[in-house]
Amino acid sequence: MFWTQVCCQYDGTYPGFLSCVFDCYVNREEPVEFRTPEDMCCSLYPLRTVETDESHALRVYRSFENFGREGRELAVRCFLTCLPDKELWLWRFLRLGYRQGKKAVQNLTDPTVDKVRKAVWHLEHETHQYKGFTRFSELEGVLVGEIEPKNRVLPLLRPHFCSRYPQERFVLYDRIHSEALFHRPGKWAILSVDNFTPGPAGEAEQAFRKLWRAFYNTIAIEERYNPRCRMTHMPKRYWAMMTEFQEDYGTAFPEVNVLPSAPK
Amino acid sequence: MELLDKLNILADAAKYDAACTSSGLDRSGRPGTIGSTTLAGCCHSFSADGRCVSLLKVLQTNLCVYDCQYCVNRRSNDVPRAAFTPEELCELTMGFYRRNYIEGLFLSSAVIRNPDYTTELMIRTLGILREKHRFGGYIHAKAIPGADPLLTRRLGLLADRLSVNIELPSSPSLALLAPDKKKESILTPMSQIRDGISQSKREIAVYRHAPRFAPAGQSTQMIVGATPESDRHILTLTQALYNRYQLKRVFYSAYIPVSSSPLLPVPEHFQPPLLREHRLYQADWLLRYYHFRAEEILDESQPDLDPRMDPKCCWALRHLDFFPVEVNRADYEALLRVPGLGVRSARRILTARRVGPLTFEGLKRLGVVLKRAQYFLTCSGRMMAGLRVSEDSLLRHLVSLEAPALAAPMPEQLSLFNSAV
Repeated sequence: MFWTQVCCQYDGTYPGFLSCVFDCYVNREEPVEFRTPEDMCCSLYPLRTVETDESHALRVYRSFENFGREGRELAVRCFLTCLPDKELWLWRFLRLGYRQGKKAVQNLTDPTVDKVRKAVWHLEHETHQYKGFTRFSELEGVLVGEIEPKNRVLPLLRPHFCSRYPQERFVLYDRIHSEALFHRPGKWAILSVDNFTPGPAGEAEQAFRKLWRAFYNTIAIEERYNPRCRMTHMPKRYWAMMTEFQEDYGTAFPEVNVLPSAPK
Repeated sequence: MELLDKLNILADAAKYDAACTSSGLDRSGRPGTIGSTTLAGCCHSFSADGRCVSLLKVLQTNLCVYDCQYCVNRRSNDVPRAAFTPEELCELTMGFYRRNYIEGLFLSSAVIRNPDYTTELMIRTLGILREKHRFGGYIHAKAIPGADPLLTRRLGLLADRLSVNIELPSSPSLALLAPDKKKESILTPMSQIRDGISQSKREIAVYRHAPRFAPAGQSTQMIVGATPESDRHILTLTQALYNRYQLKRVFYSAYIPVSSSPLLPVPEHFQPPLLREHRLYQADWLLRYYHFRAEEILDESQPDLDPRMDPKCCWALRHLDFFPVEVNRADYEALLRVPGLGVRSARRILTARRVGPLTFEGLKRLGVVLKRAQYFLTCSGRMMAGLRVSEDSLLRHLVSLEAPALAAPMPEQLSLFNSAV
């Protein structure tokens, strides 16, 4: 028995997506496209506009228990990735999960499971990279950092940085997704922020940047110079945001006009 | 002297230490403190030589009373000297840590006055860091051979990882190049640290708040290429260190000429043996994660690692009767022996084949790199389609796989006028 193929329109949030899953199962419909109201193009499939319903979303979320710990993690994290048509892949993954339960995650050669796993791996890998490559500047007692990730890494970075700096006030801004993580002792929030311009760096901050650059340049051993190895471990797309490279801007790098300018 | 100059001098003096890992310990931050550590460690940057920068790697001081021939800080070397005061170093560490430049501190030191005094200086630094700044990040400290055991113990209670450098792979080399150091004086603190760690583990099992002694274990480092030891000798020594001293890591550092001593290779035409170092690390991984023994990797007839191929490929070529391995039936140990299959791929294979039989297509999807593995695997009894390799051409295939990645000798510019005939 085939389900009717439809196009789901939702508000782009995770609860919204879970409500879509709920409605599709109730109406016996198969989504072949997901769109948000901002999307310009129209669809050839019948349009279903799904209202976000927290209680429905919660029921779907609870059902992920059946996938096992690993499967649940995939089902949640996949939504944060930059996989094209992630909703569709996630829908297929959920269908598989409801049919096969815990076993679905083990089927590593299945195209759907494979796609979802790789996307989530990419997300987690990028998160790990940003744990190291994020740079904070101290501006009037608040630590301010900016990142340009492909995936939405802030929810995954949050536990790390909150545990690392429990006594600090800090802001970590994601330029690509216009979100920021705010933290002060004992409290945090991830909010969407449209315009983010931190003030100029003070003297102490400049001094530490200088010290860090000096250390970074000293620590390399000349006889072992190996730029390819460095690029493998630390691709150039991270460099623009890192203190140690900010003096050496060529034209090849994006201009960092929001960050306080590097000392000359 | 300004802080910047001191940092330049003392980071420069410390850069030849290979260890810069922040792994081995999971400790989340607590309210009122600053800092955490993660089990896998975290690289904060990579320097121009491609090595990870994870810790602020500096010496407390480079004023040294010893005269080790291979070392840049030896007494007879004419270099600028400096010393951090404990307060300066703490301020620097905290400033870097808050900005997320580093994961912690790697504190080593040249021996100023005597080992005891040096260790006391390091303890003062780490004490201020842990108690005044309430620093919970990673600290790797070098134990100074010859220091009082009680001081080494105090150092271990403040640091997460301790290390004692074994420096050279045999005691004759040590006697030749580092006349002030004895094999015993290096191994004594090593076994003391080992005993301290295991005692601390037992205590923690009984009392949760018992003090932790070097909870991230200990490591060591040796210089490769300055003295004539064979790879076999080095690997056997490494294995003994892992087994007998329960080390977490053994680091190798390709010798880089920093001295014009007549006892060492000539600096002008000497290339640091980077490829040899790389092969040694590969063999080291085989020892730690792949259940190989040093005797299996190299035997008496073959004292050195083959520079053309990784050690696992070499082993496979010497044991062709072991292959091909059947992906759908072989146990974990056998899968680990296949060149090209790593720990992660082997585990994935175990998981995936519970659902259904694996094919070469499926293997690719798992992320198995078939470049090398294809010659040694069968899926349901079949070799990869279209693959026809006789035993003698196998070697050529495997060597050619690595050839482009290996550093070719730099082409030399011929000179018309400077023909030295």
